[in-house]
Amino acid sequence: MEMTGFTENQLTVREAVGAVCSRFPNTYWQERDQTEQDPKDFHAAMAKDGWLGIALPVRLGGSGLGISEATMMMQTITESGAGMAGAQAIHANVYATQPLAKLGTQEQLESTIPNIISGRWRTCFGVTEPNTGLDTLRLRTVAKKQDDGSYSVTGQKIWITCAQVARKMILLARTTPLEEVKKPSEGLSLFCIDLDRDVPGLDMRKIKKMGGRAIDANEVFFDNYKIPANTLVGNENQGFKIIIHGMNAERCLLAGEALGLGYAALKRASEYARDRVVFQRPIGMNQGIAHPLADAYMKLEAAKLATYHAARLYDESQEDKSIRQDTIGVAANSAKYLAGEAAFTACERAVMTHGGMGYAMEYDVERWLRDCLVPRIAPVSREMIMNYISEKVLQLPRSY
Amino acid sequence: MSALRILVPVKRVIDYAVKPRVNKAQTGVETAGVKHSMNPFDELSIEESVRIREKKRAPGGVEDICAISAGPAKSVDILRTAMAMGADRAIHVETADGDEGALEPLTVAKMLRAVVDKEKSNLVILGKQSIDDDAAQTGQMLAGLLGWPQATQASRVEFKGDSIEVTKEVDGGVETVRAKLPMVITTDLRLNEPRYASLPNIMKAKKKPLVKMSLSDLGVANERKLKIIKVTEPAPRQGGGKVEDVDGMISKLKELGAL
Repeated sequence: MEMTGFTENQLTVREAVGAVCSRFPNTYWQERDQTEQDPKDFHAAMAKDGWLGIALPVRLGGSGLGISEATMMMQTITESGAGMAGAQAIHANVYATQPLAKLGTQEQLESTIPNIISGRWRTCFGVTEPNTGLDTLRLRTVAKKQDDGSYSVTGQKIWITCAQVARKMILLARTTPLEEVKKPSEGLSLFCIDLDRDVPGLDMRKIKKMGGRAIDANEVFFDNYKIPANTLVGNENQGFKIIIHGMNAERCLLAGEALGLGYAALKRASEYARDRVVFQRPIGMNQGIAHPLADAYMKLEAAKLATYHAARLYDESQEDKSIRQDTIGVAANSAKYLAGEAAFTACERAVMTHGGMGYAMEYDVERWLRDCLVPRIAPVSREMIMNYISEKVLQLPRSY
Repeated sequence: MSALRILVPVKRVIDYAVKPRVNKAQTGVETAGVKHSMNPFDELSIEESVRIREKKRAPGGVEDICAISAGPAKSVDILRTAMAMGADRAIHVETADGDEGALEPLTVAKMLRAVVDKEKSNLVILGKQSIDDDAAQTGQMLAGLLGWPQATQASRVEFKGDSIEVTKEVDGGVETVRAKLPMVITTDLRLNEPRYASLPNIMKAKKKPLVKMSLSDLGVANERKLKIIKVTEPAPRQGGGKVEDVDGMISKLKELGAL
């Protein structure tokens, strides 16, 4: 990757995070992927050196850096060979804590954030539902207010990463029925809840999946699961507004993760193409091998510029209120789209460059190819991004 | 024992993992666009200083840990790393980039002597050598100039009463020496395992004081006593041969006169 244009902070992050990651070689991740074991020691190592607090405020024990630096951190992790497993082991702790840090009560902050930064507790993000998908506003999980002010949660969440190992969940649930609100974006509330498996009404099931197998992804079931009143984050019924802001940050992080996968795969592919000799010459001498890799490089570089542009806009918007949310949304969605596609191109070509060896676990590229489907699909599909650009930038009529 | 004022000289060198290439003019190795880091032996020096403080090993405590580097503007990076690892402050003696700014060990030692006087240091911990020139001279020369005791290639540093006992790695074993402050210690690889700078400490290091000065501020001139005539790559290794079995190996060794 061309390194010009990054800030001193970003370069420092890259170097220091790279040093932590270098203790976790590819064989570590291969084994975790095969045995589906959580990379607990990697999470602990990152927490020990304070990385989980990268974008949390200094007053809460974080380091007060921005999404530009956090994106670089996530890219460095996946690029180290850790792939999506490394990223997802810490991802939610970095971004799902953002709305909490912004709007949590003093009590919520003091009891939660330091424990997440230190790595004692892990958190997960509970938004997606099986019957709602990207239509977040129609989510069906209900948090019903009880007479004593507490809530009772009933509903189902899906694709909840790290729920098995998380102590906390940042949960989005409906507190006012859809029929009773003026706008569908109202009536949702955000909670920071305990995931206490000993309390009745909570169940979760692991989903077998294609990539990132070290990290659990789950269906989570709530059935009259009781949560106290003080778990509410921000104002009741205003939860959607709170998380929509965090979504742009998440897209930047995902874009960074995709870039890391792509650069890792491309590096491996070009090394192999230089070394592998067939017909008495390195295969990289064949343009049929070289050109697809050169093309993948340019795609990654372009996506990199888009990604760090979006991250910078996001960070600047914290101070500079003249930057419109739409502008950030367009930039962040474009970045996620471009980085996801560029990563897929690079990973797929890396496997093909390796020929049969690319299909072997030992060469890692097959793992990264499986992993790189995640940033193509999540947290928002390519099609929905194109819908968004069509509508917001090109001002075309909405199709759905 | 009086409180320690530790001076830790550090050097920016080509990263240990990079394979250096000789430049076209054959006057040195290519440095442009090459990854640089702190000399690994210097990381050990910083780590040891910080551990002496953290573990409260010195009876008089540690009053100050000051990192110093002489080199081009980019040397600030490794001084920040030193402060992120735990040094209290740093001094950057800025020299010109490239060959003209290169300092010979004696010049560095003279410069360090001046800094020791200025900062009232009573312990200097430095790497036994830097991995670029591998001269392994600065520590010894500094001790000579200061008239201080020296313990080189330390693998263990212990505080005993009012003296410091240092285990040195020498050919065929270890040697233990003891001296009183002030002294010079040079570090060897088995002394400790340097930490990674944590994010909060990286952020704190940005706010720690870093003073810039020049060689002339310290009354030292960059006098060269050596001239590099030519730098060349080592001859490429001859490939090995394969033998069928143990007997084949033995007869081959005999043939080569090794047995």
